[in-house]
Amino acid sequence: MKILVCISNVPDTTTKITFTEQNTQFNTAGVQYILNPYDEIALARAIELTEGGKGTVTVVNVGETSTEPTIRKALAIGADDAVRINAAPRDAWFVASQIAAYAKDQAFDMILTGRESIDYNGAQVAAMTAEILGIPSVSIIKKLDTDGSASQIEREIEGGKEVISIEGPFVASCAEGVAEPKIPNMRGIMSARTKPLAVVEAQAVAELTKIVSYETPAPRGAVKQIPADQPEQLISLLHSEAKVI
Amino acid sequence: MSVLVYVEHADGKFKKSGFEAVAYAKAVADQVGTTLTAISIGSVAQDELSALGRYGAAKVLSVGAEQLKTFVNQAYASVIAAAAEKEGADIVVLSNSFSGKGLAPRIAVKLQAGLADGAVDLPDTSGGFRVKKTAFSGKAFAITELTSEKKVIALNPNAFGVKEQPTDVQIESFQPEISGNDLKTVIKDIVRATDKVSLPDAERVVSGGRGLKGPENWGMIEELADLLGAATACSKPVSDADWRPHAEHVGQTGIAISPNLYIAIGISGAIQHLAGVSSSKVIVVINKDPEAPFFKVADYGIVGDAFEVVPKLIEALKAHKA
Ligand SMILES: Cc1cc2nc3c(=O)[nH]c(=O)nc-3n(C[C@H](O)[C@H](O)[C@H](O)COP(=O)(O)OP(=O)(O)OC[C@H]3O[C@@H](n4cnc5c(N)ncnc54)[C@H](O)[C@@H]3O)c2cc1C
Ligand SMILES: Nc1ncnc2c1ncn2[C@@H]1O[C@H](COP(=O)(O)O)[C@@H](O)[C@H]1O
Repeated sequence: MKILVCISNVPDTTTKITFTEQNTQFNTAGVQYILNPYDEIALARAIELTEGGKGTVTVVNVGETSTEPTIRKALAIGADDAVRINAAPRDAWFVASQIAAYAKDQAFDMILTGRESIDYNGAQVAAMTAEILGIPSVSIIKKLDTDGSASQIEREIEGGKEVISIEGPFVASCAEGVAEPKIPNMRGIMSARTKPLAVVEAQAVAELTKIVSYETPAPRGAVKQIPADQPEQLISLLHSEAKVI
Repeated sequence: MSVLVYVEHADGKFKKSGFEAVAYAKAVADQVGTTLTAISIGSVAQDELSALGRYGAAKVLSVGAEQLKTFVNQAYASVIAAAAEKEGADIVVLSNSFSGKGLAPRIAVKLQAGLADGAVDLPDTSGGFRVKKTAFSGKAFAITELTSEKKVIALNPNAFGVKEQPTDVQIESFQPEISGNDLKTVIKDIVRATDKVSLPDAERVVSGGRGLKGPENWGMIEELADLLGAATACSKPVSDADWRPHAEHVGQTGIAISPNLYIAIGISGAIQHLAGVSSSKVIVVINKDPEAPFFKVADYGIVGDAFEVVPKLIEALKAHKA
């Protein structure tokens, strides 16, 4: 079984998000980058499914040289090899086009992504890649099992879940529940240095979207404190002032 | 030309987020000076279909094909793209729901359209076509220009509201061809807890954190939620410890929500938690620590022990409702 896991390099979850150049550029000063937390889940499941010689896990990232520490981390966790498609990720359409172009002739049994990247949060790459490749996709899955050809998947829906089966190759975006993230051990870290990391050039792709500027949420007014022994005051404020009950 | 909106339903009933998408799409159609066509897939009764006229749809395409009774994103995307073609629609709108997230990117690729996912406001068409969407897990918004000729917008639930604009509506059956390649996913089962308010759609949410000490103390959270018609949510450590299901976890790595009212009980307000809830319209924080960071982003706060405050709040709410 051959599994491809798409990984993105994102600002650490504790990052305070600010912008420069009249709010047109994300301020990367002092920002720590990490492997997108959902991609860790996808990677962990891919490793579980191929353990014991049952297959191989390749990770792919669309990024410039600066993403290599994150790719090495994925190798340390347990991916067998890695591919970096050498370009700054412009938007999900650009990323999906690159991944699809790479995966097209490789006969992967499944392509896993994270549910969304925590920077631009499109939750788009998985379904776009599948559409370009003409294969099924399932977004936001909570459970994944396979016998190599038929796969059983659970997907989250509002207030419940859907149980799905798929024959043949597919793309799925993984959320919590699929697997527990794995922490690299010493052997993993040592071997990551020598595992193959191929660099391929990007394809030209038409522009469909572009971010022109950013805004940060408007700050809230000062909090109104209500004495702990007078909760009825809260109820009446929520009713007559905030008008939410 | 027209604007096309896909309206999701559950068991034949349109969802509130679906009506929101229709109202939003109607406003977009007005902006660009055209009419609105809605599309519904699966079996939905005539009077339910005509309800879409209330929110501004002039035409409803109803796709009743047997193979499309359950949601298969690949086939639904083909049908919606075919409808856009037929209607000459350059703009397609849908809800950024769980299903919408699996659907919108496929429609966008089919139409070679730019996609604005997680839109929170109407497009700015004064120069170009710019959509405000969430980014950085709710910590910011990105103003995204759709430079392509065709455009797809996935609207965040609860961002626009349902606005009525009664229009004469004409219902038409639409039977596009469906390719076998689009039907390789088979839905075996759908499990829905129908007695509960679903979290992503909820207008009110009551959420509990580690301050509640254990799963046995969630009774009062559920009672408060019931009285408010609210969904329940929790912080990440709570679902990690299996006190509550993962589907309830909100925040940067959980669900991002924007209800009208968010009540956080025994939650400290870590940056990753706030990321998923800070776009709630009104935030109430109950925490025994006056220094808890959550108070900095709250509209109303009660400093106190949840085990004393919440039962009193429940009594006060019962009295208010009586
Ligand atoms: C990569 C990453 C991603 C993360 N993603 C998320 C996410 O998506 N969502 C999320 O929630 N967290 C997330 N976290 C975790 C986050 O950093 C915090 O650890 C978490 O939100 C804390 O949960 P809590 O507030 O319930 O618990 P605590 O921080 O332990 O806070 C408990 C609060 O309860 C109060 N309290 C205690 N007893 C009482 C009482 N009797 N009455 C009233 N108040 C009381 C305390 O004063 C305290 O403020 C993430 C962390 C990482 C590293
Ligand atoms: N630059 C990238 N390179 C490789 N995979 C990516 C990249 N960006 C996003 N992805 C994958 O697509 C998923 C969803 O990302 P997004 O559509 O941006 O929310 C992520 O969790 C990754 O698995």
